[in-house]
Amino acid sequence: MTDLLAGLGRRSLDFFERLGRGHLFLLRVLASVPGLVRRPGLVVKQVWSTGVQSLIIIVISGAFVGMVLGLQGYNTLVTFGAEESLGLVVAKSLLRELGPVVSALLFAGRAGTALTAEIGFMKATEQLSAMEMMAVDPLRRIVAPRFVAAIIAMPLLAAIFTAVGVLGGYFCGVGLLGVDDGSFWSQMQAKVLLMEDVVNGVVIKGVVFGAVISWIAVFEGYDAVPTSEGVSAATTRTVVHSSLAVLGLDFVLTGLMFN
Amino acid sequence: MAITSDPTQSETLVRIRNLHFRRGRRAIFDGIDLDIPRGRITAILGPSGTGKTTLLRLIGAQIAPTQGTVEVDGRDVHRLPLDELYEQRKRIGMLFQSGALLTDLSLFENVAFPLREHMRLPESMIRSLVLMKLEMVGLRGARDLYPRELSGGMARRAALARAIALDPMMIMYDEPFSGQDPISMGILVRLIKTLNDTLGITSVLVSHDVAETCTIADYIYVLSGAKIVGAGTPQELQAEHSPTVRQFMSGMPDGPLPFHYPGKAYLDDLLEAPR
Ligand SMILES: Nc1ncnc2c1ncn2[C@@H]1O[C@H](COP(=O)(O)OP(=O)(O)OP(=O)(O)O)[C@@H](O)[C@H]1O
Ligand SMILES: [Mg+2]
Repeated sequence: MTDLLAGLGRRSLDFFERLGRGHLFLLRVLASVPGLVRRPGLVVKQVWSTGVQSLIIIVISGAFVGMVLGLQGYNTLVTFGAEESLGLVVAKSLLRELGPVVSALLFAGRAGTALTAEIGFMKATEQLSAMEMMAVDPLRRIVAPRFVAAIIAMPLLAAIFTAVGVLGGYFCGVGLLGVDDGSFWSQMQAKVLLMEDVVNGVVIKGVVFGAVISWIAVFEGYDAVPTSEGVSAATTRTVVHSSLAVLGLDFVLTGLMFN
Repeated sequence: MAITSDPTQSETLVRIRNLHFRRGRRAIFDGIDLDIPRGRITAILGPSGTGKTTLLRLIGAQIAPTQGTVEVDGRDVHRLPLDELYEQRKRIGMLFQSGALLTDLSLFENVAFPLREHMRLPESMIRSLVLMKLEMVGLRGARDLYPRELSGGMARRAALARAIALDPMMIMYDEPFSGQDPISMGILVRLIKTLNDTLGITSVLVSHDVAETCTIADYIYVLSGAKIVGAGTPQELQAEHSPTVRQFMSGMPDGPLPFHYPGKAYLDDLLEAPR
């Protein structure tokens, strides 16, 4: 019994200690972000590589999610004779929820893990140490550009996911099920709001999710135990923690935005 | 040498006083005093696992001592503000035991890395500087290879080229000779000597290769059991009577220096029932 309590105590201490370290780390990363103004090339290169890494999986998943939305939406709407609103339903659900959330989950699995593994490997092979000794701060040179790049790439990927998803819904609804082409688009155009749907959904959620995922990913990599086992454990933690964080935050953000 | 005769600068570049450092409960250093003179080759010898690499990391201020001071060029590196520490590090080259090349960059880019990070130089200049350093270590032809395509010895030489890229005032070599064949060993020994003689670069050489070290070092410290057990010129050490130093210098298995990591007696370990 005392063992159990002691174990529980130790685990919660560990947890809070890590949480504290994570926040301190975030502060240090944020402090080195302004320095990137002088070297935008570093960020652009990372946006390019993280973006391209995740692009294929984002496009394919976006298409399928949109197609499923088309099918399910049609089934429900047709019972009310409201299948002309299919475009609106597909677009709103993608913009507000599915676009940012699903692409964030995919992004965590694809780019987040790659980020953790890369930084963890660099630590394990003393590359970060070597940089320090060459008077190059790894936080500035390696971590900060990756952190910022993920924040930029995430809303872009969410936007691509959403756009492809709408096309997927169009393909199913108009192409396969015979919804009227004109009303699919016109309903969407009339009822989708720039601030309410696009900015709140894809932009704000995309940026917030991107920030959380890249924070978790770079911290796990930088904090990894410098062995192959340590790096693999850190990679796993990145997926688990960032997925949970995305879903939890989505609930909070939706609550704040749409109610 | 021009640098050593400058009256404003003292003879000693690195001054270590009463250095204590522990890993967990194990004391790696237990009150060490050590001076590294400017413009000379100082070797640090000692059995595997005594803390030679750790000592270099303490000098580079990558880890902090539990007690004591490390002064480089008259300033305590562990009390320097971060930006001054980074300025200091630009003037110190370090050759890592593992090489620690950046795996995503080619050999050329690895050597160019510190130049690109710290100086605004035209590409043609970077190119000639990098090729010059690579030529010194015999790897100019391998400049387009990636670290994964190099052997251990080649990687170490490449790392050496990178360590001298910024023309530092001091270079710390962590086991430069291991994994080298007799020819590249000879070249490395000569290279270290040349860098030292012609450019007046202070060299700190960590090794357990007694014979090679004795041929180039001006002064040698022998580390063992968290203490300095011997110090002197190669000749002095070879004539030294202390059993520890004699054992190490001649490589005898029996003597006061333990080959084993500290632990309980072998027999007890064998007899102990597994839990
Ligand atoms: N990160 C670490 N955590 C715990 N102990 C460590 C760590 N790094 C080194 N040690 C311990 O510190 C001691 C000194 O290590 P160090 O690498 O400095 O030895 P060394 O003299 O360079 O040995 P070698 O000649 O084999 O390279 C070793 O006994 C090792 O067990
Ligand atoms: Mg070592």
